[in-house]
Amino acid sequence: MPKRFARKMRKTLFDKVWGAHVVKIIEGGTAVLYIDKHYIHEVTSPQAFAESEKRGLPILRPQQIVATADHNVPTQNQHLPIADPLSRKQVEALSENCQKHGITLYGLGHKYQGIVHVIGPELGLTLPGMTIVCGDSHTSTHGAFGAIAFGIGTSQVAMVMASQCLLQIKPKQMRIYVDGFLKKGVTPKDVILYIISKLGTDRGTGYFVEYAGPVFEQMSMEGRMTVCNMSIELGARGGIIAPDEITFRYVEGKNFAPKDADFEKAVTYWCGLKTDQDAHFDAEHRFDAVDIAPMITYGTNPGMGIKISEKIPTGESNDQGLLNKSLNYMGLKAGESLIGKPINHVFIGSCTNSRIEDLRLVAEVVKGRKKANQVRAMIVPGSQQVAQQAQKEGLDEILKIAGFELRQAGCSACIGMNEDKIPAGEYCVSTSNRNFEGRQGPGARTFLASPLVAAITAIEGKIVDIDKYLEETTILN
Amino acid sequence: MKRFTTLNSRSIPLPIENIDTDQIIPARFLKATIREGFGENLFRDWRFENDDHPKKDFVLNDPTYSGQILVAGRNFGCGSSREHAAWAILDYGFQAVVSSFFADIFKGNALNNGLLPVEISEYLLQKLFQTIKQDPRVLIQIDLEKQIIAIEGYQEKFDIHPYKKTCLINGYDDLDFLINLKDEIGRFEKDTSSFKPFTY
Ligand code: SF4
Repeated sequence: MPKRFARKMRKTLFDKVWGAHVVKIIEGGTAVLYIDKHYIHEVTSPQAFAESEKRGLPILRPQQIVATADHNVPTQNQHLPIADPLSRKQVEALSENCQKHGITLYGLGHKYQGIVHVIGPELGLTLPGMTIVCGDSHTSTHGAFGAIAFGIGTSQVAMVMASQCLLQIKPKQMRIYVDGFLKKGVTPKDVILYIISKLGTDRGTGYFVEYAGPVFEQMSMEGRMTVCNMSIELGARGGIIAPDEITFRYVEGKNFAPKDADFEKAVTYWCGLKTDQDAHFDAEHRFDAVDIAPMITYGTNPGMGIKISEKIPTGESNDQGLLNKSLNYMGLKAGESLIGKPINHVFIGSCTNSRIEDLRLVAEVVKGRKKANQVRAMIVPGSQQVAQQAQKEGLDEILKIAGFELRQAGCSACIGMNEDKIPAGEYCVSTSNRNFEGRQGPGARTFLASPLVAAITAIEGKIVDIDKYLEETTILN
Repeated sequence: MKRFTTLNSRSIPLPIENIDTDQIIPARFLKATIREGFGENLFRDWRFENDDHPKKDFVLNDPTYSGQILVAGRNFGCGSSREHAAWAILDYGFQAVVSSFFADIFKGNALNNGLLPVEISEYLLQKLFQTIKQDPRVLIQIDLEKQIIAIEGYQEKFDIHPYKKTCLINGYDDLDFLINLKDEIGRFEKDTSSFKPFTY
């Protein structure tokens, strides 16, 4: 083959997975994209079931759909009927719909129930090389496995139900490369908050992002999930990381993952899912791990983040209006430092940071310590399985002794659709992914941060300079 | 889906950037199992006080402005993928949203429901805000066939994917298209099962 053509054929990881799922190309270059796995939950599926029924369309591949109840569920007394009648009705509608159509449901009370983006990976339902969708923007999480995973609207949920396909224009591709080694106290959450603070919340719009470089290569699967999870906060539809030994080791032995010879065959296939050298990206960004420190947000979008020791920026003249509006909502001033800010609420949970490694980190920090008196510290495991594992390791006792409320699995105060809300005007250091106005309850003020920052905040009752704190205490030593 | 061809209407300006779907329709109102009725809670926390009294200074409560076109700051519809945001805007009575930039998922959701997202230059957007402020009765014309948006003699062409345009003009959607591909999809499943070393 002539050389100039050879270069053109170089493919990205995304190209390879995408290419393997295109049924055909139609008018204007739009692809009919085949979907391997479809996750559904109670909030964005009822209207899709209704639409299918209205049009008399059967569910094409019910065995490729997995459902769970997470957004609306209480995180206490889950054995009792849901108190809020609207929430109850929605959760019941999901059960009815799943039963009617032969869809597997890990509903309330099931040992696999949990946040959809936590259970998919931990059950081995999410696998490298797949296409995965869900009526939820944080479906990007599953990209950590080298899958193309993205959030869709309810109309599209109905499309996948009826045809197992979607019409998609191939997105542009961006690579974000982070070199070096992370410093002590710097977690995957800080990496992604740092990237978003540098690039902004709309830089990724129209793109799929591949995260590459030593920092991601060394990261655990759970860390990679945290990073890919917040791709949407960068504006991107999804993030993707090449599967490697760490991925295969994580997947091996999971309930629904391929077994024995099938697993070996799968690994051979997965090994080919890598971006070729010199493959083309429409945009590339490079960062260095030495520049990344423990992060926190100060505003009302996830891009408004700073290193915890920095001061709130005073802003450039063209975005003064937005900054003022945000700071006004947050009750903060430009140029102010957040160090020493008293905090009454800490929320550790959500599909970003509610996995066992997050709970282990928090337990390590709070072991033998107590939360500050005025703080309410909620910790909500991402799934029943995470909760069980925590119990097995004795983390539940450590957390309880430290004064943390260990609740049951669900989305909880990440979105405040159940009772878990932050009161108006109060501050919450949260490990979730969105700090929008009212996200954690009307008037609630959210600081996004890592589980480490959240745990230390709970103990101190205020925001502290993490680097200094780690030097002065024995935490993480 | 409702058809969209042309629109000639007054408009409601919302010169705020990065309006996320949590503002458009807060999560606590997502508990319905039908598509209708979300308009009531459109921009709920900007529109109403905690005691449900309308906030006087919010533009939807200002009788000076009305119309079927919402004109909003850049990066409209970012955040959560909830299609309820598009439903709420439609249910309230809007037929088009004009901005200089739309978040991906929102844009797709809008198009799938017959709500037209019109992406214009930042220059025109600022001009629209000024013009509407000076004269709230001013009319904006949107012609989907010609892909033109016009106000007081000034006009700009806007982009829309040709397939989506055909859908909107004819009032059909992706679902109608996809269910006719059943055979091809079945064949694809058979052909690829061999190279995927496990069953998905
Ligand atoms: S935890 Fe929060 S962000 Fe994640 S799926 Fe639930 S509501 Fe969405």
